[in-house]
Amino acid sequence: MSEQKTGTEQGRKIRVLVAKPGLDGHDRGAKVVARALRDAGMEVIYTGLRQTPEMIAEAALQEDVDVVGLSILSGAHMALAPRILELLKANGQEQVKVFIGGIIPDEDLPRLKKIGVAGIYGPGASTEDIIRQVRAAVTE
Amino acid sequence: MTLAEQLLSGNRLALTRLLTQVENDTPEGRAALTELFPHTGQAHLIGVTGAPGTGKSSLVNQLALHFRRQEERRVAIVAVDPSSPFTGGAVMGDRVRMRDLAGDPGVFIRSMASRGSLGGLAQTTAGLVQVFDAAGFDIILIETVGAGQAEVEIARLAHTTLVVEAPGLGDDIQAIKAGILEIADILVVNKADRPGVENTLKALRNALELAHPVRHVFQHHGRLEVVEGPDETVYNSWIPPILQTVATDGTGIQELADEIVRHAVHLRESGDWAARERSRLEAELDALLQQRLVSRFHDQVSQSRYEAVLDQIFQRELTPWEAVGRLLDGNLNP
Repeated sequence: MSEQKTGTEQGRKIRVLVAKPGLDGHDRGAKVVARALRDAGMEVIYTGLRQTPEMIAEAALQEDVDVVGLSILSGAHMALAPRILELLKANGQEQVKVFIGGIIPDEDLPRLKKIGVAGIYGPGASTEDIIRQVRAAVTE
Repeated sequence: MTLAEQLLSGNRLALTRLLTQVENDTPEGRAALTELFPHTGQAHLIGVTGAPGTGKSSLVNQLALHFRRQEERRVAIVAVDPSSPFTGGAVMGDRVRMRDLAGDPGVFIRSMASRGSLGGLAQTTAGLVQVFDAAGFDIILIETVGAGQAEVEIARLAHTTLVVEAPGLGDDIQAIKAGILEIADILVVNKADRPGVENTLKALRNALELAHPVRHVFQHHGRLEVVEGPDETVYNSWIPPILQTVATDGTGIQELADEIVRHAVHLRESGDWAARERSRLEAELDALLQQRLVSRFHDQVSQSRYEAVLDQIFQRELTPWEAVGRLLDGNLNP
Protein backbone atom coordinates (compact mmCIF):
# COMPACT_ATOMS: atom_id res chain seq x y z
CA MET A 1 0.00 0.00 0.00
CA SER A 2 1.20 3.47 -0.71
CA GLU A 3 1.67 5.69 2.27
CA GLN A 4 -0.98 8.36 2.22
CA LYS A 5 -1.61 11.20 4.58
CA THR A 6 -4.02 10.15 7.24
CA GLY A 7 -6.27 11.87 9.71
CA THR A 8 -4.96 9.97 12.71
CA GLU A 9 -1.66 8.91 14.09
CA GLN A 10 -2.60 5.21 13.97
CA GLY A 11 -3.34 5.42 10.27
CA ARG A 12 -7.09 5.22 10.62
CA LYS A 13 -8.95 8.20 9.22
CA ILE A 14 -11.00 10.20 11.70
CA ARG A 15 -14.61 10.02 10.56
CA VAL A 16 -16.93 12.82 11.61
CA LEU A 17 -20.68 13.19 11.21
CA VAL A 18 -21.69 16.84 10.96
CA ALA A 19 -25.40 17.18 11.62
CA LYS A 20 -27.97 19.88 12.19
CA PRO A 21 -30.71 18.74 14.52
CA GLY A 22 -33.78 20.84 15.14
CA LEU A 23 -35.58 23.34 13.03
CA ASP A 24 -33.24 26.26 12.39
CA GLY A 25 -32.14 26.51 8.78
CA HIS A 26 -28.82 28.26 9.12
CA ASP A 27 -26.07 25.85 8.12
CA ARG A 28 -23.18 28.11 7.22
CA GLY A 29 -21.34 27.37 10.46
CA ALA A 30 -21.77 23.64 10.00
CA LYS A 31 -20.37 23.86 6.47
CA VAL A 32 -17.40 25.97 7.54
CA VAL A 33 -16.52 23.42 10.21
CA ALA A 34 -17.07 20.49 7.81
CA ARG A 35 -14.66 22.04 5.38
CA ALA A 36 -12.07 22.84 8.04
CA LEU A 37 -12.14 19.24 9.26
CA ARG A 38 -11.75 18.05 5.69
CA ASP A 39 -8.73 20.29 5.27
CA ALA A 40 -7.32 18.71 8.41
CA GLY A 41 -7.46 15.34 6.64
CA MET A 42 -10.64 14.00 8.21
CA GLU A 43 -13.53 12.30 6.45
CA VAL A 44 -16.67 14.28 7.08
CA ILE A 45 -20.18 13.06 6.43
CA TYR A 46 -22.62 15.94 6.15
CA THR A 47 -26.28 15.11 6.75
CA GLY A 48 -28.04 18.35 5.93
CA LEU A 49 -30.74 20.24 7.78
CA ARG A 50 -33.54 19.33 10.16
CA GLN A 51 -32.35 15.99 11.44
CA THR A 52 -34.09 14.29 14.32
CA PRO A 53 -31.97 12.78 17.11
CA GLU A 54 -33.01 9.33 15.81
CA MET A 55 -31.78 10.17 12.29
CA ILE A 56 -28.47 11.43 13.65
CA ALA A 57 -27.84 8.38 15.84
CA GLU A 58 -28.75 6.05 12.98
CA ALA A 59 -26.40 7.87 10.58
CA ALA A 60 -23.62 7.74 13.19
CA LEU A 61 -24.12 3.98 13.43
CA GLN A 62 -24.21 3.36 9.68
CA GLU A 63 -21.13 5.49 9.11
CA ASP A 64 -19.23 4.16 12.15
CA VAL A 65 -17.99 7.64 12.97
CA ASP A 66 -15.59 8.61 15.75
CA VAL A 67 -17.12 12.02 16.25
CA VAL A 68 -20.53 13.64 15.94
CA GLY A 69 -20.56 17.42 15.50
CA LEU A 70 -23.90 19.08 16.15
CA SER A 71 -24.76 22.56 14.99
CA ILE A 72 -27.59 23.96 17.09
CA LEU A 73 -28.72 27.56 16.85
CA SER A 74 -32.33 27.08 17.84
CA GLY A 75 -31.90 27.04 21.61
CA ALA A 76 -33.14 23.47 21.80
CA HIS A 77 -29.75 22.04 22.75
CA MET A 78 -30.83 20.98 26.25
CA ALA A 79 -33.48 18.75 24.70
CA LEU A 80 -31.55 17.55 21.65
CA ALA A 81 -28.05 16.85 22.96
CA PRO A 82 -28.99 14.52 25.86
CA ARG A 83 -31.33 12.58 23.59
CA ILE A 84 -28.63 12.08 20.95
CA LEU A 85 -26.08 10.93 23.55
CA GLU A 86 -28.66 8.52 24.93
CA LEU A 87 -29.39 7.03 21.50
CA LEU A 88 -25.69 6.67 20.64
CA LYS A 89 -25.25 4.76 23.88
CA ALA A 90 -28.28 2.57 23.20
CA ASN A 91 -26.72 1.65 19.84
CA GLY A 92 -23.47 0.59 21.50
CA GLN A 93 -21.61 3.69 20.34
CA GLU A 94 -20.79 5.19 23.73
CA GLN A 95 -17.20 5.77 22.53
CA VAL A 96 -18.35 8.37 19.99
CA LYS A 97 -17.34 11.92 20.98
CA VAL A 98 -20.00 14.58 20.65
CA PHE A 99 -19.17 18.22 19.96
CA ILE A 100 -21.62 21.11 19.76
CA GLY A 101 -21.33 24.38 17.92
CA GLY A 102 -23.85 27.19 18.05
CA ILE A 103 -25.46 29.58 20.46
CA ILE A 104 -25.15 27.94 23.86
CA PRO A 105 -25.68 30.10 26.99
CA ASP A 106 -22.91 29.84 29.58
CA GLU A 107 -25.22 28.51 32.27
CA ASP A 108 -25.92 25.39 30.15
CA LEU A 109 -22.26 24.47 29.70
CA PRO A 110 -21.74 22.57 32.98
CA ARG A 111 -24.74 20.32 32.42
CA LEU A 112 -23.79 19.56 28.83
CA LYS A 113 -20.25 18.71 29.92
CA LYS A 114 -21.65 16.56 32.68
CA ILE A 115 -23.72 14.40 30.34
CA GLY A 116 -20.61 13.80 28.25
CA VAL A 117 -20.40 16.48 25.55
CA ALA A 118 -16.70 16.64 24.62
CA GLY A 119 -16.54 20.23 23.42
CA ILE A 120 -18.77 23.28 22.97
CA TYR A 121 -18.05 26.19 20.64
CA GLY A 122 -19.78 29.53 20.28
CA PRO A 123 -19.54 32.23 17.63
CA GLY A 124 -15.95 33.20 16.91
CA ALA A 125 -14.43 29.86 17.94
CA SER A 126 -11.34 29.11 15.89
CA THR A 127 -11.38 26.10 13.59
CA GLU A 128 -7.80 25.32 14.71
CA ASP A 129 -9.06 24.83 18.26
CA ILE A 130 -11.86 22.60 17.06
CA ILE A 131 -9.52 20.46 14.96
CA ARG A 132 -7.00 20.12 17.77
CA GLN A 133 -9.62 19.14 20.31
CA VAL A 134 -11.35 16.70 17.98
CA ARG A 135 -8.02 15.01 17.32
CA ALA A 136 -7.18 14.89 21.00
CA ALA A 137 -10.58 13.48 21.93
CA VAL A 138 -10.37 10.70 19.36
CA THR A 139 -6.82 9.64 20.13
CA GLU A 140 -7.12 9.80 23.91
CA MET B 1 -18.22 -14.81 18.50
CA THR B 2 -16.28 -13.10 15.74
CA LEU B 3 -17.55 -9.88 14.20
CA ALA B 4 -18.36 -11.85 11.04
CA GLU B 5 -20.50 -14.32 12.99
CA GLN B 6 -22.28 -11.46 14.73
CA LEU B 7 -22.91 -9.84 11.36
CA LEU B 8 -24.38 -13.06 9.98
CA SER B 9 -26.78 -13.14 12.91
CA GLY B 10 -27.99 -9.66 12.02
CA ASN B 11 -26.04 -7.41 14.40
CA ARG B 12 -25.87 -3.91 12.92
CA LEU B 13 -23.06 -2.69 15.15
CA ALA B 14 -20.95 -5.65 13.99
CA LEU B 15 -21.86 -4.79 10.39
CA THR B 16 -20.76 -1.16 10.66
CA ARG B 17 -17.53 -2.06 12.50
CA LEU B 18 -16.67 -4.68 9.92
CA LEU B 19 -17.28 -2.20 7.12
CA THR B 20 -14.69 0.05 8.74
CA GLN B 21 -12.19 -2.79 9.11
CA VAL B 22 -12.62 -3.76 5.48
CA GLU B 23 -12.45 -0.15 4.31
CA ASN B 24 -9.18 0.28 6.18
CA ASP B 25 -7.89 -3.04 4.86
CA THR B 26 -6.89 -4.23 8.32
CA PRO B 27 -5.88 -7.86 9.07
CA GLU B 28 -9.21 -8.26 10.93
CA GLY B 29 -11.05 -6.97 7.87
CA ARG B 30 -9.29 -9.42 5.58
CA ALA B 31 -9.95 -12.31 7.93
CA ALA B 32 -13.63 -11.37 8.04
CA LEU B 33 -13.86 -11.22 4.24
CA THR B 34 -12.44 -14.72 4.12
CA GLU B 35 -15.01 -15.87 6.64
CA LEU B 36 -17.86 -14.14 4.82
CA PHE B 37 -16.93 -15.14 1.28
CA PRO B 38 -19.07 -18.33 1.18
CA HIS B 39 -22.11 -16.18 2.05
CA THR B 40 -21.63 -13.78 -0.86
CA GLY B 41 -22.87 -13.90 -4.45
CA GLN B 42 -26.57 -13.44 -3.67
CA ALA B 43 -27.17 -9.70 -4.07
CA HIS B 44 -27.95 -7.75 -7.23
CA LEU B 45 -25.21 -5.12 -7.51
CA ILE B 46 -26.37 -1.96 -9.25
CA GLY B 47 -23.84 0.71 -10.15
CA VAL B 48 -24.85 4.33 -10.61
CA THR B 49 -22.35 6.59 -12.35
CA GLY B 50 -22.32 9.84 -14.30
CA ALA B 51 -20.98 13.37 -14.25
CA PRO B 52 -21.18 15.46 -11.06
CA GLY B 53 -24.54 17.17 -10.70
CA THR B 54 -26.56 14.80 -12.85
CA GLY B 55 -28.53 13.69 -9.80
CA LYS B 56 -27.01 10.33 -8.94
CA SER B 57 -27.70 10.58 -5.21
CA SER B 58 -31.33 11.63 -5.72
CA LEU B 59 -31.82 8.78 -8.14
CA VAL B 60 -30.29 6.29 -5.73
CA ASN B 61 -32.64 7.63 -3.05
CA GLN B 62 -35.67 7.09 -5.27
CA LEU B 63 -34.59 3.64 -6.40
CA ALA B 64 -34.00 2.55 -2.81
CA LEU B 65 -37.44 3.86 -1.82
CA HIS B 66 -38.98 1.99 -4.71
CA PHE B 67 -37.29 -1.32 -3.94
CA ARG B 68 -38.32 -0.97 -0.30
CA ARG B 69 -41.94 0.02 -0.87
CA GLN B 70 -42.87 -1.99 -3.95
CA GLU B 71 -40.77 -5.08 -3.44
CA GLU B 72 -39.72 -5.06 0.20
CA ARG B 73 -36.14 -5.85 -0.70
CA ARG B 74 -33.38 -5.00 1.76
CA VAL B 75 -31.24 -2.26 0.25
CA ALA B 76 -27.66 -1.24 0.99
CA ILE B 77 -26.10 1.88 -0.50
CA VAL B 78 -22.38 2.53 -0.88
CA ALA B 79 -21.80 6.15 -1.88
CA VAL B 80 -18.27 7.04 -2.93
CA ASP B 81 -17.10 10.65 -2.84
CA PRO B 82 -13.68 12.07 -3.70
CA SER B 83 -10.88 12.54 -1.16
CA SER B 84 -8.82 15.69 -1.38
CA PRO B 85 -5.55 14.89 -3.17
CA PHE B 86 -3.83 17.43 -0.92
CA THR B 87 -5.03 16.68 2.60
CA GLY B 88 -6.64 13.26 2.20
CA GLY B 89 -9.78 14.65 3.79
CA ALA B 90 -13.27 14.49 2.33
CA VAL B 91 -16.70 15.96 2.74
CA MET B 92 -19.37 13.47 1.79
CA GLY B 93 -22.82 14.86 1.19
CA ASP B 94 -24.78 12.04 -0.42
CA ARG B 95 -26.89 11.49 2.69
CA VAL B 96 -28.37 14.98 2.25
CA ARG B 97 -30.30 13.64 -0.76
CA MET B 98 -31.22 10.41 0.96
CA ARG B 99 -33.11 11.66 3.98
CA ASP B 100 -36.32 9.93 2.80
CA LEU B 101 -34.63 6.65 3.69
CA ALA B 102 -34.00 7.55 7.33
CA GLY B 103 -35.76 5.46 9.91
CA ASP B 104 -36.11 2.39 7.69
CA PRO B 105 -34.19 -0.53 9.20
CA GLY B 106 -34.21 -2.24 5.78
CA VAL B 107 -31.86 0.39 4.37
CA PHE B 108 -28.19 0.85 5.26
CA ILE B 109 -26.21 3.74 3.79
CA ARG B 110 -22.44 3.91 3.96
CA SER B 111 -20.40 6.85 2.65
CA MET B 112 -16.92 6.12 1.44
CA ALA B 113 -14.07 8.45 0.48
CA SER B 114 -12.11 7.47 -2.64
CA ARG B 115 -8.76 7.76 -0.77
CA GLY B 116 -6.64 8.42 -3.81
CA SER B 117 -8.16 5.77 -6.05
CA LEU B 118 -8.85 7.07 -9.55
CA GLY B 119 -11.37 4.71 -11.14
CA GLY B 120 -14.48 6.26 -9.56
CA LEU B 121 -14.51 3.80 -6.67
CA ALA B 122 -12.28 3.39 -3.63
CA GLN B 123 -9.78 0.55 -3.42
CA THR B 124 -11.92 -1.35 -0.94
CA THR B 125 -15.38 -0.65 -2.35
CA ALA B 126 -15.65 -4.22 -3.64
CA GLY B 127 -14.88 -5.44 -0.12
CA LEU B 128 -17.64 -3.32 1.41
CA VAL B 129 -20.06 -4.65 -1.17
CA GLN B 130 -19.13 -8.21 -0.19
CA VAL B 131 -19.82 -7.45 3.45
CA PHE B 132 -23.30 -6.12 2.59
CA ASP B 133 -23.89 -9.12 0.32
CA ALA B 134 -23.02 -11.53 3.13
CA ALA B 135 -25.21 -9.53 5.53
CA GLY B 136 -28.19 -10.46 3.36
CA PHE B 137 -28.98 -7.24 1.53
CA ASP B 138 -30.84 -8.12 -1.68
CA ILE B 139 -29.92 -5.01 -3.59
CA ILE B 140 -26.70 -3.04 -3.30
CA LEU B 141 -26.64 0.35 -4.96
CA ILE B 142 -23.12 1.63 -5.58
CA GLU B 143 -22.83 5.32 -6.36
CA THR B 144 -19.51 6.33 -7.86
CA VAL B 145 -17.56 9.55 -7.58
CA GLY B 146 -18.94 12.09 -10.06
CA ALA B 147 -17.37 10.55 -13.11
CA GLY B 148 -16.34 11.84 -16.48
CA GLN B 149 -14.86 9.63 -19.10
CA ALA B 150 -12.39 7.22 -17.60
CA GLU B 151 -14.04 6.14 -14.37
CA VAL B 152 -15.34 2.84 -15.63
CA GLU B 153 -14.35 0.50 -12.80
CA ILE B 154 -17.95 0.31 -11.67
CA ALA B 155 -18.81 -1.84 -14.69
CA ARG B 156 -16.41 -4.47 -13.43
CA LEU B 157 -18.03 -4.53 -10.01
CA ALA B 158 -21.74 -4.16 -10.75
CA HIS B 159 -24.13 -6.54 -12.48
CA THR B 160 -26.14 -3.63 -13.83
CA THR B 161 -24.57 -0.25 -14.55
CA LEU B 162 -26.68 2.89 -14.84
CA VAL B 163 -25.05 5.86 -16.54
CA VAL B 164 -26.84 9.06 -15.58
CA GLU B 165 -26.89 12.06 -17.88
CA ALA B 166 -28.67 15.37 -17.62
CA PRO B 167 -29.66 17.95 -20.24
CA GLY B 168 -27.16 20.62 -21.15
CA LEU B 169 -23.91 18.89 -20.24
CA GLY B 170 -22.26 18.28 -23.58
CA ASP B 171 -22.71 17.84 -27.30
CA ASP B 172 -22.95 14.64 -29.29
CA ILE B 173 -19.19 14.29 -29.62
CA GLN B 174 -19.06 13.74 -25.86
CA ALA B 175 -21.53 10.94 -26.38
CA ILE B 176 -19.42 9.04 -28.90
CA LYS B 177 -16.15 9.30 -27.01
CA ALA B 178 -14.93 6.03 -25.65
CA GLY B 179 -15.59 5.22 -22.04
CA ILE B 180 -18.51 5.86 -19.87
CA LEU B 181 -21.33 5.30 -22.39
CA GLU B 182 -19.86 1.99 -23.39
CA ILE B 183 -20.28 0.64 -19.88
CA ALA B 184 -23.97 1.55 -19.62
CA ASP B 185 -26.49 -1.24 -19.30
CA ILE B 186 -29.17 1.40 -18.83
CA LEU B 187 -28.92 5.06 -19.77
CA VAL B 188 -30.84 7.49 -17.62
CA VAL B 189 -31.55 11.06 -18.62
CA ASN B 190 -32.34 12.62 -15.29
CA LYS B 191 -33.75 16.13 -14.81
CA ALA B 192 -35.89 15.32 -17.85
CA ASP B 193 -38.15 18.27 -17.06
CA ARG B 194 -35.36 20.65 -18.00
CA PRO B 195 -34.99 22.37 -21.38
CA GLY B 196 -32.66 20.63 -23.81
CA VAL B 197 -33.76 17.13 -22.91
CA GLU B 198 -34.63 16.35 -26.55
CA ASN B 199 -31.08 17.12 -27.64
CA THR B 200 -29.62 14.92 -24.95
CA LEU B 201 -31.92 12.05 -25.90
CA LYS B 202 -31.09 12.44 -29.57
CA ALA B 203 -27.35 12.48 -28.94
CA LEU B 204 -27.59 9.36 -26.78
CA ARG B 205 -29.76 7.54 -29.33
CA ASN B 206 -27.30 8.33 -32.09
CA ALA B 207 -24.37 7.22 -29.98
CA LEU B 208 -26.11 3.99 -29.11
CA GLU B 209 -26.97 3.26 -32.69
CA LEU B 210 -23.31 3.57 -33.61
CA ALA B 211 -22.40 1.21 -30.82
CA HIS B 212 -25.16 -1.31 -31.51
CA PRO B 213 -25.89 -1.34 -35.25
CA VAL B 214 -29.30 -2.83 -35.81
CA ARG B 215 -30.75 -4.66 -38.76
CA HIS B 216 -32.37 -2.19 -41.14
CA VAL B 217 -35.00 -3.23 -43.67
CA PHE B 218 -35.98 -0.51 -46.11
CA GLN B 219 -37.37 0.18 -49.56
CA HIS B 220 -34.70 0.82 -52.14
CA HIS B 221 -35.67 1.27 -55.85
CA GLY B 222 -38.89 -0.57 -55.17
CA ARG B 223 -37.25 -3.60 -53.54
CA LEU B 224 -36.90 -4.55 -49.91
CA GLU B 225 -33.28 -4.31 -48.93
CA VAL B 226 -31.82 -5.72 -45.75
CA VAL B 227 -28.70 -4.28 -44.22
CA GLU B 228 -27.28 -6.55 -41.58
CA GLY B 229 -25.43 -5.44 -38.49
CA PRO B 230 -21.85 -6.63 -38.39
CA ASP B 231 -22.52 -9.67 -36.26
CA GLU B 232 -25.53 -11.94 -35.81
CA THR B 233 -24.95 -12.19 -32.07
CA VAL B 234 -25.67 -8.49 -31.79
CA TYR B 235 -29.38 -9.27 -32.13
CA ASN B 236 -29.38 -11.42 -29.04
CA SER B 237 -27.41 -9.02 -26.93
CA TRP B 238 -28.73 -6.37 -24.62
CA ILE B 239 -29.25 -2.94 -26.15
CA PRO B 240 -29.17 -0.32 -23.41
CA PRO B 241 -32.54 1.37 -23.06
CA ILE B 242 -32.68 5.14 -22.58
CA LEU B 243 -35.00 6.25 -19.80
CA GLN B 244 -36.13 9.65 -18.61
CA THR B 245 -36.48 10.47 -14.94
CA VAL B 246 -37.04 13.40 -12.63
CA ALA B 247 -35.47 12.10 -9.44
CA THR B 248 -36.68 14.99 -7.31
CA ASP B 249 -40.35 14.01 -7.79
CA GLY B 250 -40.07 10.32 -8.68
CA THR B 251 -41.13 10.58 -12.33
CA GLY B 252 -39.92 7.58 -14.34
CA ILE B 253 -38.62 5.63 -11.35
CA GLN B 254 -41.09 2.75 -11.78
CA GLU B 255 -39.99 2.32 -15.42
CA LEU B 256 -36.34 2.49 -14.44
CA ALA B 257 -36.78 -0.12 -11.71
CA ASP B 258 -38.61 -2.36 -14.22
CA GLU B 259 -35.68 -2.09 -16.63
CA ILE B 260 -33.23 -2.94 -13.86
CA VAL B 261 -35.21 -6.09 -13.09
CA ARG B 262 -35.49 -6.90 -16.80
CA HIS B 263 -31.71 -6.55 -17.10
CA ALA B 264 -31.15 -8.95 -14.23
CA VAL B 265 -33.43 -11.49 -15.94
CA HIS B 266 -31.57 -10.97 -19.21
CA LEU B 267 -28.22 -11.53 -17.48
CA ARG B 268 -29.40 -14.78 -15.95
CA GLU B 269 -31.06 -16.12 -19.09
CA SER B 270 -28.17 -15.25 -21.39
CA GLY B 271 -25.51 -16.61 -19.07
CA ASP B 272 -24.00 -13.13 -18.75
CA TRP B 273 -24.59 -13.07 -15.00
CA ALA B 274 -22.15 -15.93 -14.52
CA ALA B 275 -19.76 -14.47 -17.08
CA ARG B 276 -19.72 -11.11 -15.30
CA GLU B 277 -19.34 -12.74 -11.92
CA ARG B 278 -16.39 -14.71 -13.22
CA SER B 279 -14.66 -11.72 -14.80
CA ARG B 280 -15.24 -9.70 -11.64
CA LEU B 281 -13.63 -12.41 -9.56
CA GLU B 282 -10.80 -12.56 -12.09
CA ALA B 283 -10.20 -8.81 -11.75
CA GLU B 284 -10.25 -9.18 -7.98
CA LEU B 285 -7.79 -12.06 -8.09
CA ASP B 286 -5.48 -10.10 -10.39
CA ALA B 287 -5.62 -7.06 -8.12
CA LEU B 288 -4.79 -9.19 -5.08
CA LEU B 289 -1.93 -10.89 -6.92
CA GLN B 290 -0.52 -7.52 -7.90
CA GLN B 291 -0.78 -6.21 -4.35
CA ARG B 292 0.86 -9.31 -2.95
CA LEU B 293 3.65 -9.29 -5.53
CA VAL B 294 4.36 -5.64 -4.94
CA SER B 295 4.51 -6.09 -1.19
CA ARG B 296 6.70 -9.21 -1.61
CA PHE B 297 8.97 -7.13 -3.82
CA HIS B 298 9.23 -4.46 -1.12
CA ASP B 299 9.98 -7.13 1.49
CA GLN B 300 12.82 -8.55 -0.58
CA VAL B 301 14.37 -5.46 -2.08
CA SER B 302 15.62 -2.85 0.35
CA GLN B 303 14.55 0.75 -0.04
CA SER B 304 18.19 1.81 -0.36
CA ARG B 305 18.77 -0.58 -3.24
CA TYR B 306 15.62 0.73 -4.88
CA GLU B 307 16.78 4.33 -4.40
CA ALA B 308 20.22 3.49 -5.79
CA VAL B 309 18.73 2.06 -8.97
CA LEU B 310 16.38 5.05 -9.22
CA ASP B 311 19.43 7.32 -8.99
CA GLN B 312 21.05 5.43 -11.84
CA ILE B 313 17.97 5.96 -13.99
CA PHE B 314 17.96 9.62 -13.04
CA GLN B 315 21.62 9.89 -14.10
CA ARG B 316 20.68 8.23 -17.38
CA GLU B 317 23.06 5.35 -16.66
CA LEU B 318 20.26 2.84 -16.76
CA THR B 319 16.99 2.69 -18.66
CA PRO B 320 13.80 2.04 -16.66
CA TRP B 321 13.46 -1.32 -18.45
CA GLU B 322 16.97 -2.40 -17.50
CA ALA B 323 16.31 -1.23 -13.98
CA VAL B 324 13.25 -3.44 -13.66
CA GLY B 325 15.29 -6.41 -14.85
CA ARG B 326 18.01 -5.65 -12.34
CA LEU B 327 15.62 -5.14 -9.39
CA LEU B 328 13.68 -8.31 -10.13
CA ASP B 329 16.72 -10.45 -10.84
CA GLY B 330 16.83 -13.19 -8.25
CA ASN B 331 13.94 -11.65 -6.33
CA LEU B 332 10.24 -12.46 -6.08
CA ASN B 333 10.90 -16.14 -5.48
CA PRO B 334 8.23 -17.51 -3.22
